[in-house]
Amino acid sequence: MFSGTMPDAWIVGTMVAVVGGAIGFFVVLRGAAFAAHAIPSGSFAGAAGATLVGVSTLLGLGLFAVLGAFGIAGLSHRGRRDVGTALALVLLLGLGALFVSLSAEPASSIFALLFGEVLAVGRGELLPTAALTAVCLAALATLWRPLLLASALPEAVVGARAVTLDLAFLLLVALATTMTVPVVGTTLIFSVLVAPAATARSLAGTPGRALSLSVITALAIVWSATALAYLTEWPIGFFVGSLGAAAFLAARLGTSPARAGGSRRGSRSSAAQS
Amino acid sequence: MGAVLRAIVEPGFFASPVVRAAVELGGAVTVVAALVGVFTVLRGQSFAAEAVGDIGASGGSSAFLVGAGPLAGFVAFSAAAATVLELIGVQRARGRDVATGIVLGLGFGLTALFLYLASSRESASGATATILFGSIFAIPATALPLVLLLGGTAVLLLAVIYRPLLLVSISPELAAARGISARLVGFAYLLALATAVALAAETIGAILSTALVVGPAASALRLTSRPARALLAAALIGLACTWGGLLLAWDSYYWPPLHHGWPASFFIVALVVLSYLLAGAWTHRPGRGR
Repeated sequence: MFSGTMPDAWIVGTMVAVVGGAIGFFVVLRGAAFAAHAIPSGSFAGAAGATLVGVSTLLGLGLFAVLGAFGIAGLSHRGRRDVGTALALVLLLGLGALFVSLSAEPASSIFALLFGEVLAVGRGELLPTAALTAVCLAALATLWRPLLLASALPEAVVGARAVTLDLAFLLLVALATTMTVPVVGTTLIFSVLVAPAATARSLAGTPGRALSLSVITALAIVWSATALAYLTEWPIGFFVGSLGAAAFLAARLGTSPARAGGSRRGSRSSAAQS
Repeated sequence: MGAVLRAIVEPGFFASPVVRAAVELGGAVTVVAALVGVFTVLRGQSFAAEAVGDIGASGGSSAFLVGAGPLAGFVAFSAAAATVLELIGVQRARGRDVATGIVLGLGFGLTALFLYLASSRESASGATATILFGSIFAIPATALPLVLLLGGTAVLLLAVIYRPLLLVSISPELAAARGISARLVGFAYLLALATAVALAAETIGAILSTALVVGPAASALRLTSRPARALLAAALIGLACTWGGLLLAWDSYYWPPLHHGWPASFFIVALVVLSYLLAGAWTHRPGRGR
């Protein structure tokens, strides 16, 4: 399990989990799961387009992830957020269908991007992924305080600043997408972005604790999924998706009786003492 | 005049049986999706529509595993997804987004597994493309009765719950005061949505079905706030997009670079987004006091 190219898969999986868990904290806090689904899925069209014109897949993914971020912000302007997100997504996917149809390449190589294959990670993908991880985490650290305020207290940050921060957040998701999609597929990054952070949110009280718990949960999920995928040869996306749902369900079931019994804070501190 | 018409409508469009089937089925599915979509947009459940469609794709792919038709799988899995969404409480606005996301992640996982199992048993790279992107020109005309039956069921369900649903969607407090169960109405609506999405997924593909549910309805609601007018406008806009997209796809057989036609899904989605932008421009046009 740790020989051959497997060490690369473990390293890349770890980086994906750290970035996904950290950015997922804001995805859940802002209720932006739809955007976190739309940007990676839409970036699939970029990969198809890159194959068509013969440039690097990473470039196409990055371009369309950023287009997706601007598309969501633009189409949501003066309208409903969920409608804007849905339309940005379907527009990008429509382009993807066009690119796939125009491309002479067999479609199966492009469809590999939908579900990804972390076990097939090559040495060449290690360095770009590490570089983008560093950029992601640095951007997250820079934006931490203003984004936390804008997300937790939307009334406190209004006007142009709120719009800028919203766009910054969407671009952060786009950056994470660019880095992770070639490695883990458009569907896996979504599970890594939402499930661990949602689990952490129902367990932890303070932002700092929720952030670290989210990263730890993401690591646990991705590592177990990698091991299970290696052992069974089933697609890793299946394990990440089902483990994520299981973790979320367990956290919800674990906290709901306590929540019914008294104040949330009281039940949490008593749980911490026991 | 005749030459202009010939340039717009390439010869043979109305004569081809494939096109006739696509126009009839596409039209029926579009109207159902547009009607149901008005409430999707009103209730802010676009993400649920997208999630149910994507999860329907696992149904489509698993039906393919047991040798059944994809439509049966689409419908069964979409209905199951709607039930799970209801159980974990997507009705409550808070946490709805995340709960939908978790269910979607699970659905994607299952899709990955089913596609993997399918492709390891037989060559299925083409099946993947069909399930996800659909092919409106590949539907047999014999599917029309089934599509009409399911579409009719969705519309009938919508008609039965129309008044309470409208009240619950627009003013939950007033609905509660009148003793209407928001949960029951919401669940019935999710089932209608699941049926409509499954049908749309069959026509333009699982991923692009969102376009037909959300797009025409959102455009219509930008133009009018009256529910009955919005339903009519959504159906008309949807039909214009679908039929316009089919026509363009037919014309594109003569376009460069490959001369094998551009996908109808692309044209339909492009027209849907265009209609949304035009509706927004119309509503916010200068001189209108808003």
